[in-house]
Amino acid sequence: MRQTAPIDLTLLARRPLFRGRVWAALGAAVAVLALLPLLNLAFPPGHTLHVSAYAVALLGKFMCYAMAALALDLVWGYAGILSLGHGLFFALGGYAHGMYLMRAIGRDGVYQSDLPDFMVFLDWKSYPWYWSFTEHFWYAMLLVVLVPGALAFVFGYFAFRSRIKGVYFSIITQALTFAAMLLFFRNDTGFGGNNGFTDFKRILGFDITAPGTRAALYWITLAALAGALVLARAVTQSKLGRVLTAVRDAESRLRFIGYDPLGFKLFVWTLSAVLCGIAGALYVPQVGIINPSEMSTETSIEMVIWVATGGRGTLIGPIIGAGTVNGLKTWFTSVLPEFWLYALGLIFVLVTLFLPTGIVGLARRLAARFQEGKA
Amino acid sequence: MRIAAIAHSLRRILLAWLLSMPLLAAQAPAAGVDPALLAPLAGDDTDAKLRAIAALGQLPDPGAAAVLQALGDDRLYAAADGRVLIGEGGARATDPATGAAAELPAGAGTIGINNRLRRAIEAALAGSRLFSERPNERLDAARRLQQTGDPARLPMLEKALAAEKNEAVRDALLIAQANLELKSADPAKRRHAVELLGGTRNAAFRPTLAALTQERDGVHAEPDAAVREAAAHALTQIDRHLATIEWAGNLFYGISLGSVLLLAALGLAITFGLMGVINMAHGELLMIGAYVTYVTQSLFRAWLPGWTDWYVLAALPLAFVVTALVGMALERTIIRWLYGRPLETLLATWGISLILMQGVRTLFGAQNVEVGNPSWMSGGIAVLDGLVLTYNRLVIIGFALFVVFLVWVLLNHTRLGLFVRAITQNRRMADCVGVPTGRVDMLAFGLGSGIAGLAGVALSQLGNVGPDLGRAYIVDSFMVVVLGGVGQLAGTVIAALGLGGVNKFLEPYTGAVMAKITILALIVLFVQKRPQGLFAPRGRSAE
Repeated sequence: MRQTAPIDLTLLARRPLFRGRVWAALGAAVAVLALLPLLNLAFPPGHTLHVSAYAVALLGKFMCYAMAALALDLVWGYAGILSLGHGLFFALGGYAHGMYLMRAIGRDGVYQSDLPDFMVFLDWKSYPWYWSFTEHFWYAMLLVVLVPGALAFVFGYFAFRSRIKGVYFSIITQALTFAAMLLFFRNDTGFGGNNGFTDFKRILGFDITAPGTRAALYWITLAALAGALVLARAVTQSKLGRVLTAVRDAESRLRFIGYDPLGFKLFVWTLSAVLCGIAGALYVPQVGIINPSEMSTETSIEMVIWVATGGRGTLIGPIIGAGTVNGLKTWFTSVLPEFWLYALGLIFVLVTLFLPTGIVGLARRLAARFQEGKA
Repeated sequence: MRIAAIAHSLRRILLAWLLSMPLLAAQAPAAGVDPALLAPLAGDDTDAKLRAIAALGQLPDPGAAAVLQALGDDRLYAAADGRVLIGEGGARATDPATGAAAELPAGAGTIGINNRLRRAIEAALAGSRLFSERPNERLDAARRLQQTGDPARLPMLEKALAAEKNEAVRDALLIAQANLELKSADPAKRRHAVELLGGTRNAAFRPTLAALTQERDGVHAEPDAAVREAAAHALTQIDRHLATIEWAGNLFYGISLGSVLLLAALGLAITFGLMGVINMAHGELLMIGAYVTYVTQSLFRAWLPGWTDWYVLAALPLAFVVTALVGMALERTIIRWLYGRPLETLLATWGISLILMQGVRTLFGAQNVEVGNPSWMSGGIAVLDGLVLTYNRLVIIGFALFVVFLVWVLLNHTRLGLFVRAITQNRRMADCVGVPTGRVDMLAFGLGSGIAGLAGVALSQLGNVGPDLGRAYIVDSFMVVVLGGVGQLAGTVIAALGLGGVNKFLEPYTGAVMAKITILALIVLFVQKRPQGLFAPRGRSAE
């Protein structure tokens, strides 16, 4: 009998979630960001240390975007699944929370009815069935998680089982999102048609425009983003995360050695949708509006470029990318509005051509070169 | 502008009036009208006048019509000797009794009429105009009689019908006859009327017929069972015809939509089949094609005003060349660096699409621009009584088929096509045996983009031309390509026409938006079953 060579199995030692230095940096970043609303509340306008309410609101919005980008990076950066439909999950989370916020308006709407203004306008007499229980905050929060999660699970199950991948999967997610947008644009769907939900008054009894409420929402968003980052790190560091990377790099080979990628892909896809839904739910009370344009093709593709700009396949990258691109967008739309689309288009082209690893990859390359120079 | 238009219409009215003068003059003396009928008109007894007017209306004589017309226009004079004369302006007059020209006596006064008489004249004129020599007037009169409900007109109608040769007027008369017969006391006549109305297959009579079949509290609206049966039969006749029209209309609009989708997706299918890359800027290439049409139109209006009707034909090669150049430039500068990374290409082309869209906004403004149909593309053919096939849609269906044929010839009967097919099947192997893949990529991308430009010309003839034009088609064209399968011309054609048809047949039941949503959902489901599309290339590769 022929002797087979012994197989060496090297099990990687369990690595810590983050190195100590990274934990410290993360803590410092969270602390600085958490300080900003305090500076806004504590110092009067005009004071050197005052941070404008606008800036705080903008940062709160950016953090929601960053969370959505992080969620997208989990599937695209780690599992190689490019979704052009994360705007849908974002919007669904937003709409789920928006239903609660609409009911919290009570009789303070324009028509002073128990029903939201748009239903009065449609001459509806009662809430449709899918609005049941949405007056309870916790039920709405449950929907925020369940609706995007369930949709992603069902859609993902069928798509991954049929081994739809690559460009096909991207186009199918785009079609799904487009169909959903058309559906939500209809007035009869019962979600306010093209105006969506707006004019929110209060959340859990607090005035939604009050500085204190806004600061609280900001902190919750910050905590959610930090939590999502740690969770994403835990997932990607685990064995499951390594299988996902294998799915990204060589799915067929992974299948040949006996793994079924379906469960892994489905898990990360659903997790990503849920995180995106939570980001949307946090976005709505801070921005004060949710409408079907969040489901447009443009919105979803823009999310992808946040990830690409920051650095696909890294966790801090999407956060940096969302901040950078949206910061530029804010600057352009206030200073040179007609040039924003040129700039965005150039970002898309230049990042894919010259920065395939994004800002983080560039920084790592520069750091490596610096190390070489020192050595 | 406005003044010119008014002056123009004034000239036309004047012309029509001048032309009608000799005709009227020629008609008047044709025959004499019985003076006994005319005499009461000059009298004071209104009832006698009414009877005389009705009697004149029954006369199949243009002279009687002239008398009634003159009476209505306050041009009928009663002379002192009892004669009735038609004033022709000044002292000239015509004697209707003889048809000869006459002098208007000094003491003659116009015969006054009140509203009751005026109505009677209107109705009577309609009757007498049935015998006019001009078909248009007869048609007009027949249509007017369709509205009135006076059964006394029936004999006159029958007389007119017997003499009528003109098809359109005959149809109108039949309808008028049926309308009157419906009110007749004779069940046989009513039945005849119902059968006539059913035979027209005209939806306008549906309510009338439906009323006949109704039953309330055990009392039938129509007492005679045979008539009821005939009415029910007529109703099904009309309904069946309506269903046919609807079906044919859906088919036509479905094919039309399908041909638009086909044009929009064809170029995409070529570039996708070749490179496995979805070109997100494809919609913007359509848009550029439409703008090239707009520019061509403006140039023609400025320099060749006599030829403006043919600007579309000039726009076709221009649009092809412009978009093909844009496409080739994109391929050489950006896309070729991204081969093998389809998802990145998708992002880069999306960026290009943003830049192209904003570029067009900067050049032409954010508003839609006006692109007109040339006169030979406006209007349409009416078929099946109630369905109009518009020329622009017909032309575009033909054009789409022509482009498909062109692409088929190019792919299957040229050297470039051979290379394109080779690369689509196996890029590396093609490269190994000496196919210049880089050059073929560029040319094929140019071809795909050029076809998008041609599609843009077609789209400019159907809808609005604005910077967002491409966005409306991008998702749809992807669907066609995904459904049809990669690199399969037949798949693209069937997918496009199928999607167009299904869309239009769903629309009546679900509404336009829900039809679209349903189709997208169906495609998502379909792709689960056949991820490679309708016509998947067979092969052994694992990926």
